Amino acid sequence: MTPTAASRPAAGPITPLRALVRRAATLLVVHAFLIAGAVFILLPFVWMLITSIKSPSEIFDVDFSLWPKQFNAVENYGTALNSVPLLRFALNGVIVCVGILVVQLLVAIPCAYALAKLRFPGRGTMLALVLMGLCIPIQVPALPLYMGLAKLGLLNTYFAIMMPFFLSVFAIFLFRQFFKSYPDEIIHAARLDGMSEFEIVWRIVVPSAWPAIAAFSVFSIVAHWNDLYWPLIVVSDTNLATPPLGMMFFASAETGANYGALTAAATVITAPLVIAFLVARRRFIEGITMTGIK
Amino acid sequence: MTNAIAAAPPLPVVRGKRLQLIESLAGVGFAFPAFLLLLLINLVPLVVLVYLSFTDYELGAVDIGFLGLDNFRKALADPVFRRSLANTFVYVAIVLPGAVGLGLLIAVLLHRRKRTRSFYEVVYFLPVTSTLIAMATVWQFILHPRLGPVNGVLRGLGLPEIAFLTEPAYVLPTLAAIGIWQLVGFNMVLFLAGLSAIPRDLYEAAEIDGCQRGIDRFLTITWPLLGPTTMFVIVTTSITAIKVFDTVAVLTRGGPMGRSEVLLYAIYLEGYQYFHMGYAAALTLIFLAFVLLFSIFQYFFLERRVHY
Repeated sequence: MTPTAASRPAAGPITPLRALVRRAATLLVVHAFLIAGAVFILLPFVWMLITSIKSPSEIFDVDFSLWPKQFNAVENYGTALNSVPLLRFALNGVIVCVGILVVQLLVAIPCAYALAKLRFPGRGTMLALVLMGLCIPIQVPALPLYMGLAKLGLLNTYFAIMMPFFLSVFAIFLFRQFFKSYPDEIIHAARLDGMSEFEIVWRIVVPSAWPAIAAFSVFSIVAHWNDLYWPLIVVSDTNLATPPLGMMFFASAETGANYGALTAAATVITAPLVIAFLVARRRFIEGITMTGIK
Repeated sequence: MTNAIAAAPPLPVVRGKRLQLIESLAGVGFAFPAFLLLLLINLVPLVVLVYLSFTDYELGAVDIGFLGLDNFRKALADPVFRRSLANTFVYVAIVLPGAVGLGLLIAVLLHRRKRTRSFYEVVYFLPVTSTLIAMATVWQFILHPRLGPVNGVLRGLGLPEIAFLTEPAYVLPTLAAIGIWQLVGFNMVLFLAGLSAIPRDLYEAAEIDGCQRGIDRFLTITWPLLGPTTMFVIVTTSITAIKVFDTVAVLTRGGPMGRSEVLLYAIYLEGYQYFHMGYAAALTLIFLAFVLLFSIFQYFFLERRVHY
């Protein structure tokens, strides 16, 4: 375990050789455990990729082999893309995620700045409401929101999918923490230069808050690309389905009959975020675990 | 704020007042859209929800009857709801120690690794970014009694096949295992952040004081100093676990024999499938009460950490 143990002069009964052997043994145990865990984690990903290129006869063969004997990738991915509008689901996912994120940023940034740097009546109340909002999961207001949207005839629209998430109290909270540490002197100097508060927010404070905004964006996109509960409630039209909802439609339509196509669809839906994660590893981990900082 | 104003060159009183007015107006203007949305998305629905929970409203019904607390009484006596509540807590009781314990163990083992750390980090974090619904479908296939590799291995070992998702006794532990699979990397990252905040020289000092073994160092330094992180991870994991829905909706739909009915799935069925709005509202409030319980816990704990 300890890197220092081997290099240090051995004290008492611990000879250099024994220390070395002990160190090698612990390393072996540690890696054996970590690799076993990694196998458990990777199993569904590997299985998904392999099944998606296997032929049905091989999939239903009880004596399975890991590597396919004959490749069926074109057929499987073809079925997945043709029998359901898989690319349409992905496009819906992009529309919904971008729409939500843009409104979230436009609404949360000025509010967070006001709460961090401006004195105005109602500031304490607003802050209390934001903190309260942090504790309320979407499943709570979902029922009345659904009734309202149904009444207005807005079910099965992009607006219905996005609307409950236009306000992110979490974004306000996070950006406020970030803006609070922004030096007052600079803001004051900008004011003396005749800049309006609007310009100060968008041209001075926001560029400095780029890391927080990027991290929040990752968090928001991952959350809404993967969200099932709310789209399941407000969308029944296949053409509006987000990726998880589309996957669910597909899974129940196929009822397990075509695992090759099913895993191909799962691959297509999972790929964008996984690839983005592999490319921007740090940003992703930072962004998603930001919920951990609140 | 006040410091900056004090440091700035003194302004004529009238101009100062004018600036203050502008600041107030800007503040109100900036906060207003957020306030409006908060009202529309959170506050008004919350009030409506509380009102609905006292009524027998069903979607499309013409008149609304006032029931008082009957919905809550009905919920407490309803075998389906009681089962969902019990199942949810069994699920949390498996996921919580599993995801927190394994997350901590992996983080401690990874913390000192230099070359392999980022590799393992990527692997363990992968499920957090992937779409749970898609991966749940893959899990269903992996756990398939005839076609899945897990039962293939069991058969190879001469063991009987296990119907993980259709055998009543196994369904909750199986769903919980998938829950742990998804959460463990998230907790690992939180623990790694907590670990890197522990000063290195503390370990060296402990070693000089005779803390030779890894376990001793863990118990005397790591565990106590990681306390705040651990508490936090416990709360977030509990809240995530109590919200279990996706895997149930796509893999078991509450079955077999109601053994995987959970809180949110019960609410989903009552509210959006049977359209018993009043009853679903009462169930939602019970759900909220549990979430708030955890949040309050977190709030008090965070307060304490400030003084830590």
